[in-house]
Amino acid sequence: MTVTETKDAAPAESHQLILEATGVTMRFGGLTAVDDVSMKVHEGEIVGLIGPNGAGKTTFFNCLTGMYIPTEGRVTLNGDTLPPKPLAVVRAGMARTFQNIRLFANMTALENVMVGRYCRTSSMAITSILRGPKFRREEAATRERAQELLDYVGLGRSTELLARNMPYGDQRRLEIARALATDPQILLLDEPTAGMNPKETEETMHLIFKIRDSGLAVVVIEHDMRFIFNLCDRVLCLVRGQLLVEGTPGEVQSDHRVIEAYIGGDDEEEESA
Amino acid sequence: MSKLRFSDEVRVAQGPRAPWLAITGGALMLISGLLSWSFDNRILGDISVRFYPAGIQLYAMLFGLLAVILGVLLLRRPPWMSPARGLRILGITAIVFLVWVLGSIAYKTSGLINLNEGGWVALVGAVLITLAGHLSPDVDINVMKWPRLSSTLEIGIIIVLMATLLFTVAYTLNIQDGVIFASFLVAIIGMVGGLLGTGFGGYLGFVAANNRRPLLLAAFLVAFLFPFTQNGSDANMSIATQILIFAATALGLNIVVGLAGLLDLGYVAFLGTGAYVGAMLSSSAFSTVGWHPPFVVVMLVGAATAATFGLIIGTPTLRVSGDYLAIVTLGFGEIFRLAMFNLDGNNGPDLTNGPNGIPAIPDLNFFGFDFGVEHTLAGIPLGRFSNYYFLLLLLLMFVILVFTRLNDSRIGRGWVAIREDERAAEAMGVNVFGLKLLAFAVGAFLAGLAGTIKAHQDTSVSPDQYVFLESAFLLAAVVLGGMGTVMGVLVGATILKLLPEKLREVNEYRLLIFGLLLVVMMRFRPEGLVPNKRRQLEFHEEDTELVELVQAEHLHEAK
Repeated sequence: MTVTETKDAAPAESHQLILEATGVTMRFGGLTAVDDVSMKVHEGEIVGLIGPNGAGKTTFFNCLTGMYIPTEGRVTLNGDTLPPKPLAVVRAGMARTFQNIRLFANMTALENVMVGRYCRTSSMAITSILRGPKFRREEAATRERAQELLDYVGLGRSTELLARNMPYGDQRRLEIARALATDPQILLLDEPTAGMNPKETEETMHLIFKIRDSGLAVVVIEHDMRFIFNLCDRVLCLVRGQLLVEGTPGEVQSDHRVIEAYIGGDDEEEESA
Repeated sequence: MSKLRFSDEVRVAQGPRAPWLAITGGALMLISGLLSWSFDNRILGDISVRFYPAGIQLYAMLFGLLAVILGVLLLRRPPWMSPARGLRILGITAIVFLVWVLGSIAYKTSGLINLNEGGWVALVGAVLITLAGHLSPDVDINVMKWPRLSSTLEIGIIIVLMATLLFTVAYTLNIQDGVIFASFLVAIIGMVGGLLGTGFGGYLGFVAANNRRPLLLAAFLVAFLFPFTQNGSDANMSIATQILIFAATALGLNIVVGLAGLLDLGYVAFLGTGAYVGAMLSSSAFSTVGWHPPFVVVMLVGAATAATFGLIIGTPTLRVSGDYLAIVTLGFGEIFRLAMFNLDGNNGPDLTNGPNGIPAIPDLNFFGFDFGVEHTLAGIPLGRFSNYYFLLLLLLMFVILVFTRLNDSRIGRGWVAIREDERAAEAMGVNVFGLKLLAFAVGAFLAGLAGTIKAHQDTSVSPDQYVFLESAFLLAAVVLGGMGTVMGVLVGATILKLLPEKLREVNEYRLLIFGLLLVVMMRFRPEGLVPNKRRQLEFHEEDTELVELVQAEHLHEAK
């Protein structure tokens, strides 16, 4: 895998459309957490998703990955409509990480990634009991691929560490490796640098570039503005469940509505005064 | 966890004396075995004669020997074990042992005055051992410093252990007196607990992990040789076969409960399904079906029927998480029993003869080998139950094979992931529903398989054999022994089946005692007697020593 770490925005339009979300709406009783949000993601593109706390970013992710069934709207991957079932979504080629790390804490790093290979392997009960050559081959391939991915995210030396014993930053990277193990075409990262120091954040940015350069599309939720504006080709800003602004980092950065949403508008300033 | 905790200062001040205290205590217990414990030579074996230890006196001497060894170890201070903790457990169980024994002697001879010097000497020894344990400081066990022996020596350790196991089992089964049996039990618990308490158990596990194949071979050899120690007597073999059936079924349940993390409260219904199929397809005169295929076919039909039932009740209920499954399986267990009770021709088709069940099921016959008669091998007679014992041993081997291989595969990893975080597992592409259903079906299949053999061994089936209490006992064996391990279930099943047979005096309080036992277990060791390390971590999130131990094992395996 050759790696070119460039920040040059990939010309999005020339690449194939991978993910398309149209009019996704999620209501919990009277509360509309996500209100008619649409998003397009192309191959080799990094899209950022920003917004104040409670803007509905994670809920939107949950709608995309089938963990929630959206009240309205449609999600398509490569033109096929995705059913709102996590299993089908992963099989179709969309993988995610979690905001609050959800690793299998009492499994080793390698085992965690091997679980990610589950949906791309096929040996079932009888094969597993008989242990024929096919089983051995698949098991060895799974192990090898998992090790490869750990090397890829820079955890090659921590293979046998229990996930719970790993430093925070490594846990976040392990989650990315586990998600990559499902052979996705698009990777959804929910706050991949939360709790990281500047050096780790930097490393994570290079890792995401590397993943993008290998042909995947990436969608990132993040609160670290510098990180997001350095990383993304396109940024979407959600406020109170609604899509406020969409554009290049430069456009979003200078949009007064975005600044208002984060720092607060006039009336809110008065309130706090 | 003991409440008798001395302050650290006292420990440091008295530290150097503790080993000698332990050695003295051990020596006293050793000597006590040679003394007379009571003038009355009619009770508890013969413990009245000096310099001729019998039964209980021997156990006291074993306690003493172990205490001396631990005392010497305390002097040498190896970095990989903590003799202090072992001494504490040993000392306290020794006191319990002696209180029980001395109390029994006093009760049987009507008065403490009838005790001779031996008992008192032993009691003083036990108190000294306990004191030594509490006075010596704990050592943080460094698992990286386990001694590395040559593989021949390690295999030697395994052989010695297994031989001890065979001898102990044969010896245990031959104890007839309830009081002696109970005291033996306390002695065994004390000695095993004392050894494990020192951290020696972790080392043994390490040796066992290094020599999986020799260990398996030795274990099955021991199991295979057991009938030959019984001299053709069927009394103990009948208990042994019951234990095997129970263990094989509980191990099937452990796939559902321990590996997949599902609570099944009606598991015995699957055993019953297998048994009824076995009975109906047998050539019993009361069989209601005209088709009598060879037994291999019967086994497959029984297992497949059970698995089908498993799929039928699993499909709708496994989609919802939580306690629904427990309630549905509880209901299924009752439905099964009532259905068997009522399918007598009056209320439906005549399949099961209702409450009478299907009696007079003939013994198995494999190619002219009649399971019902006595065979002689190498001059040793092997009775009817021995024949079934060997068949059941094969079944148990098969169940263990299925259990371990499924556990160590893509499917096993999926089960662990589901147990750890079901939502995350699903989001990572693990087919949660499919894997749960698989566990359920495999568990049912194995129980059905065991059931077909059970029908022949019991010679009859009736609805009252498959009541909820049996399911509860199977579950208790799994929980008591250790969820997710083979060894644990074998231990749990043995305890739950052996104790009621041997302690007939307290049989009326059986349920009370088991209930208490389970409550105590849940308080002090919720992960079971022989826990799965990962399961143990799930129960003790904060135990850093345990985390280190598991981590060290993983690192070692990787090499």
